Amino acid sequence: MSEVSETPHGDLLVILRHAPHGSLWLREALDLALVGAAFGQSVSLLLMGDGVWALLQGQGSGPLGQKGTQSTFEMLEMYDIERLYIDIDALEARGLTRDDLLLPVIEVPAPALSAVLAGHRQIVNF
Amino acid sequence: MRYALLVLGGPYSHQAAHSALRFAHAAIARGHRVETVFFYHDGVYNASHLSAPPQDEPHLVDAWSELRRTHGTALQVCVAAALRRGLLDAREAERHGKSGASLEPPFELTGLGQLLDISQTHERLITFAP
Repeated sequence: MSEVSETPHGDLLVILRHAPHGSLWLREALDLALVGAAFGQSVSLLLMGDGVWALLQGQGSGPLGQKGTQSTFEMLEMYDIERLYIDIDALEARGLTRDDLLLPVIEVPAPALSAVLAGHRQIVNF
Repeated sequence: MRYALLVLGGPYSHQAAHSALRFAHAAIARGHRVETVFFYHDGVYNASHLSAPPQDEPHLVDAWSELRRTHGTALQVCVAAALRRGLLDAREAERHGKSGASLEPPFELTGLGQLLDISQTHERLITFAP
């Protein structure tokens, strides 16, 4: 995990604000990110609010029969989606630490969030 | 300005679709063009042909169709999000062995790739989400 070291940039920023499993928000947001990457766009993700739960380790399929999101997140690198920004205040507010997360992320303190938004040509907020 | 709108909220249960529609009319009244509305997530329910709200409430499905008729706005619906929520046009209904279609023109089923295309071909893409 690292802090924002280079200027955030990319074609498409997909913002994840919802926890996994209870709704389709996360799944359909990731679908858009994967399609964007498949179309050759430079895609980044930003996890904010309850969206930070999405990166907890061990998100397999559950009793509801939904597909687990861990496998999707593990595919991100294959699609060249390598910039995962996380709102560090949201992570800490939920009692989570970097060690709980599935993938390496770029920590973004609140004052730096605007730079992440400004660095992307298109933003879609889920 | 050439606008595209992304609607992620279902009709009636959230304000998102109402706001998107109001934005479209306001933008057009100011001389802008709203060329495309893309429906994704629960927003696909805005395309349900079977929607029958009480007569003293706004009819959102008809309002979208009217936008198409009067201003030529394309109404595009993500096919994957639509199918899992029971929104099928005649072709998909036949393909899946369903007795009827719940989505009709001017709404058209299309893919997420189209949303990305829209974001590149319009000057602004604005998201309306609950």
